[in-house]
Amino acid sequence: MPITGRRRNKVKGVQFTIMVVGASGTGRTTFVNTLCESDVLNHKAIQPPEAAHQEEGIRIKPVTVELEEDGIRISLTVVDTPGFGDSIDNEFAFQEIMNYIERQYDDILAEQSRIKRNPRFKDNRVHALLYFIPPSGHALREMDIELMRRLSPCVNVIPVIGKADSLTPKELKAFKKRIVEDIEHYDIPIYNFPYDVEEDDEDTIQDNMDLRSLLPFAVVGSEEEVEIEGEPVRARIYPWGVVEVDNPHHSDFVRLRGAILGSHLGDLKTLTEDVLYETYRTEKLSRAVNSDNRDSQLLPEDLANQSVRLKEEQLRREEEKLREIELKMQREINEKRQQLMAKEAALRNLESRITAQGSNTSY
Amino acid sequence: MTEEIRATSYVGFDSITQQIEHKLLKRGFQFNVILVGQTGLGKSTLINTIFASHLIDSKGRFSADEPVRQTTEIQTESHVIVENGVKLRLNIVDTPGFADQVNNEGCWDPIIKYIKDQHSAYLRKELTAMRDRYIQDTRIHCCLYFISPTGHNLRPIDVIVMKKLSEVVNVVPVIAKADSLTLEERESFKSKIREELIYHNIRLYPFDTDEDEEEEIQLNETIREVIPFAVVGSENNVIIDGKSVRGRKTRWGVVNVEDPNHCEFVHLRNFLTRTHLQDLIETTAQIHYEAFRSKQLLALKEGVNQRPAAGTAQQ
Repeated sequence: MPITGRRRNKVKGVQFTIMVVGASGTGRTTFVNTLCESDVLNHKAIQPPEAAHQEEGIRIKPVTVELEEDGIRISLTVVDTPGFGDSIDNEFAFQEIMNYIERQYDDILAEQSRIKRNPRFKDNRVHALLYFIPPSGHALREMDIELMRRLSPCVNVIPVIGKADSLTPKELKAFKKRIVEDIEHYDIPIYNFPYDVEEDDEDTIQDNMDLRSLLPFAVVGSEEEVEIEGEPVRARIYPWGVVEVDNPHHSDFVRLRGAILGSHLGDLKTLTEDVLYETYRTEKLSRAVNSDNRDSQLLPEDLANQSVRLKEEQLRREEEKLREIELKMQREINEKRQQLMAKEAALRNLESRITAQGSNTSY
Repeated sequence: MTEEIRATSYVGFDSITQQIEHKLLKRGFQFNVILVGQTGLGKSTLINTIFASHLIDSKGRFSADEPVRQTTEIQTESHVIVENGVKLRLNIVDTPGFADQVNNEGCWDPIIKYIKDQHSAYLRKELTAMRDRYIQDTRIHCCLYFISPTGHNLRPIDVIVMKKLSEVVNVVPVIAKADSLTLEERESFKSKIREELIYHNIRLYPFDTDEDEEEEIQLNETIREVIPFAVVGSENNVIIDGKSVRGRKTRWGVVNVEDPNHCEFVHLRNFLTRTHLQDLIETTAQIHYEAFRSKQLLALKEGVNQRPAAGTAQQ
C-alpha cells in the first residue's frame, strides 16, 4: 500500500484523533499537555483521602484542540482514559476502550449506509492509540500484552514508555529491546511505521526504519519551563540534573510528535480508514448476512436507525436537563426578587417611621 | 517502690551485659523481611543496596520466552552476613507476581497466609512438649511495601493490602524509584499518602508504647515524618567528587543513592539496621505474634470446651 503521507498533509485543518491509554501516573496527561503545548487535559484531581480507595472505573473523555505543525492546521481530538489500570480488576476497562473504538466505527458504518447522509457528520474514528508502558525496566506485564494484543486489530497502537527519565540509557536500551521481543513473541500487530522496499523512495524507507528502531518511544513530558542559557526550555529539574523534554538525547518526544502530527499523520489516517475500518466493516456486515444467531445481528439500516435513535434520545435528555435548570434558575430569580422587594418595603417602612419619630420629640 | 541500693564495694555483676553479648554473638541474630510490590519497582535492588551485598536476583520477566506469572508466588532466600563479628541470619521473602495481572483480586492472600503460617509454625514449636532450646524464628519482622511513584495517590490495591498487612506484620512503606519524581512532586505525593494512611487507619511501624522514653518517642516522631521513604537503589558504583558511591548515571546527571539530598535511602537503611533492627524483631514477637497466639489459644480452648470427651488439645 503506497504511503501518501507527505502530500496529504498540505490540506487545511486536518482532523486527527488520538487516544491515550495507560495507568495513572505513567505520564499520560503530562504528555498530552506537552504535545499540545497547553493544558488540554486536567491532571488527576486532588481527591479527598476517602476517595483514594474507591474504584471509579474508566472514564473516556474526548477533548478537541487546534494545533499548528509545520504550517499545517490540525484539529486534534485527544481521547483520554483516566481510571484505566487503577482498579483491582481491570477486565472491564479493556472492554470499555474496545467499545469506544468500535462505536466510532459503528457510527460511520451507519452514517454511510443512510439514504440521506449528514454532510456535517464528524468522523470520530481513533487514528492512533498511544499506550503508556510503565518504566519497570523488565519486560511487558500481562496488562500490557493483553491490551495491545486486543486493540491492535482495530486501531493503530503505538507503544510508549512513560516517565522514561527513571531509566539510565543502558536500562532503557535493554528495556526497549525486551519489549520489542515480547511484541514479536506475542504476535502483536502494533503500528510499526511500515514501508515498502519496492515502492517507496530511499528517504521514506530510511525515515520509517529510524522511527521503527525507536519503538517503543521513550518520552518525558513537562509543563514547566526552565531557563537554560537564556532560553526557556521545557524540562524537569532534579537535584542531580535537568531533563530536557525536547532534547533527543534525553527523550524521544520530538521524534514521536513529528511522526504522529507530521510525517505519519496521513498514513495513520489512511490505515485506519482504508484497512482497519474496512476490516471491521467487512466482518460486521458478513456477520449480519450470515445471521445464524438472531441475537444481535443488525442490518445497516437498523444500525443507522438505532444509532440515530440513541443520539436523539441523548439530545432529548440533555434538552430536558437544560430546561429543568432554566426553570430552577427562573424560580430562584423570582424568589430573590420577592425577597428584595420585601426588604425594600421593610426599609421604606423603617424610614417613614424614623422620619415620623424625628418630627416628634423623642429619644 | 523498691529502693535502689548501692553496694559498699564493687561486686562486678555489671559484666552481665558483656556475658549476654558474648552469648548473643555466638548465637547470631535472625532477621526476616518480606518485599511486597508490583514487578519492576526495584525491590531486589533495594534490599541488595540496604545490605550492600547481592542477596537476591530480580524475579522480573526478562525474556519473551518467560511466561507471565498468573499468581503471587512466595520465594524465600537465606543468607548469613557477618559484620565485626556479629552474625546476621537474613531471610528475604520475595513475592513475584503480586499485582501484576489484569485481575488482581485476592493476589494478597498468599502473602497474608505466608505471614500467618510463620506465626503458626512458631506457636506449634512453642507448644511442643519437647521443644528446641532456641526455636528457629521464621516470623516476618518487617514488610517493605513498595508504592509505585505515580505522584498522585495510593491506588485501591495499595490501601487494601497495606491495611491487611498492618494487621499481621510491621509495615514500612517506601516510594520506589523515587528518582522519577522531582523534589516538589515527592513532597506532595508523600503528604497525600500520609493523609490517606491516616484516613484508612492503617497502623504503621513504629508504634509508640507506654514504656517508651522521651527520646524514643522523639525518634519515632522523626521517622513518622519521613515515612513513606522515597528511595532509589543501586548495586552499581559511580564516581562523584573522586569518591566511589552507589548511584545511577544518566545523560543529565548522576543520582547518588547515599546523598540525603537526592533520596532517603540512607534514612531507610539506618532506620532498618542501625536504630530499629532490634525493635522490629521484638515488636513482631511481642505484638503481632502475641495477638496471633492469644487468638489461636482462645480458639483452641473453645474447641476443647465444645468436646468434653477430648483430653489434651491436639490440633
